[in-house]
Amino acid sequence: MPHPMLYAILCYHDEDFTGSWTKEQDAAVMQKLAVVQDKLAKQGRLGPVARLLPTTSATTLRKDDPPIVLDGPFAETKEQLLGFYIVDCKNLDEALDVARDLGAANPGGAYEIRPVGLLNPGGLAT
Amino acid sequence: MTDTAWIDAALTSARPQAIGALLRYFRNLDTAEEAFQNASLRALKSWPQNGPPRDPAGWLIMVGRNVAIDDIRRGRRQQPLPEDDQAISDTDDVEDALAERLDGSHYRDDILRLLFICCHPDLPATQQIALALRIVSGLTVKQIARAFLVSEAAMEQRITRAKARVADASVPFETPGAVERSERLSAVAAMIYLIFNEGYSASGETAEIRSPLCEEAIRLARLLLRLFQSEAEIMGLTALLLLQHARAAARFDADGAVILLDDQDRSLWNQKMIAEGLALIDKAMRHRRSGPYQVQAAIAALHARAEKPEDTDWTQIDLLYGALEIMQPSPVVTLNRAVAVSKVRGPQAALQMIEPLAPRLSNYFHFFGVRGAFLMQLGRNEEARVAFDRAIALAHTSAEAAHIRMHLDRLMRDSQPRGKKAGK
Repeated sequence: MPHPMLYAILCYHDEDFTGSWTKEQDAAVMQKLAVVQDKLAKQGRLGPVARLLPTTSATTLRKDDPPIVLDGPFAETKEQLLGFYIVDCKNLDEALDVARDLGAANPGGAYEIRPVGLLNPGGLAT
Repeated sequence: MTDTAWIDAALTSARPQAIGALLRYFRNLDTAEEAFQNASLRALKSWPQNGPPRDPAGWLIMVGRNVAIDDIRRGRRQQPLPEDDQAISDTDDVEDALAERLDGSHYRDDILRLLFICCHPDLPATQQIALALRIVSGLTVKQIARAFLVSEAAMEQRITRAKARVADASVPFETPGAVERSERLSAVAAMIYLIFNEGYSASGETAEIRSPLCEEAIRLARLLLRLFQSEAEIMGLTALLLLQHARAAARFDADGAVILLDDQDRSLWNQKMIAEGLALIDKAMRHRRSGPYQVQAAIAALHARAEKPEDTDWTQIDLLYGALEIMQPSPVVTLNRAVAVSKVRGPQAALQMIEPLAPRLSNYFHFFGVRGAFLMQLGRNEEARVAFDRAIALAHTSAEAAHIRMHLDRLMRDSQPRGKKAGK
């Protein structure tokens, strides 16, 4: 059986700009996105969809030795995004502990830890 | 989104940075504002045809600066050109040079300076807020007048006066030192909190009109936090605003009357805002540099975390108010603490706590409302009634009086002896 090819689509935009939308504008955009998502969901092609909280809520763990915790999102440009985890944690400290464990297994680079605002777990037909 | 809607959002988001940079360049608030205005008009013409520029703020600064310089050269403005104008000739590398200067460190202080000018200590609070909403947020005079429930002409005058006053007060344009920067930051944080409270303290039919002030304050707080990412108190401020505003949909009934915390339908609370607020408190705590905004946010978080009113961790709230009393001693803080104390240690202890406040709060209606409630819980009904009457007499508006009356009705209802665990 052919292996299904999964693609991650990562969303980038100017946060200042999207943050300046009125509630109505925001709702209108989400509504239009929902139409696209619904179509994919019905076809069993939609995996998890997450809307992240603003970058002001982000914390970055630089996987140096020892690891360093920094406020704010990952802002370097010489590393590339290679993957991501969604983990259920009680609070930031617990999320940082998970990130440290992962970092010990794979040093170097960084993890940006960002709370998820909305999560649609999706349902891929497998 | 329609064409103009995305342009409006882009102009609004670029505004603080662009006006801040133009102000640093021209050193004159009116010139900077007008330059931005002219650049915005050009953007409305050019962007729909050519698409949005990669860096809208940079575009607006460049165009605004050029238009203003043209005006000055043609003698339309009575103002000398900035001294370093020769360094920027009209050549191709101008854009690079200016972009370079606008890059990185500058714009943080530009935006902070712009906000700081609005909260000049000479300005009364209402003028500070009006000025910030006009200049930084870009609300129209009409919108601001509506939020403040005054006529457009009156608001125009208030803003003009405020501008004249800050024009005389010289705010240095050099990059501020660490101490000065942190002083500016706390003045600006206080002003943002004022803007929020203008919206939050409204009730009745004005609540809806004024709630955009809360949203604007949250936008400004996020902006400030993005500029100063490691400031625990700015995290605390942003969290506090989010956690309080999260309750907006549950705070009023269909008639616009206030619904007290215990009676709110908690399913109406905005969970996304609560999640963001809690995340920010988590971040702030890691710094172990507590402050009044963080403590107040932590108190709001304990309310937000309680699924039912009886799940509220009043012991922890009492402790947090105790910490706040030390950081920011105020009879109102003690009064709030007493409410927590009444839940933990009973009304007698709470009453003892507020008795010494009487001389300082003799004109504060909440004091008498709370005092009356404690007295009733103790079965001292006659004294309670006197306190309630005094509270109603002290209400400033009919909405306030209605609020107090409802508050009191509820307290009367609730203070019937029920043999609950908390009492004694």
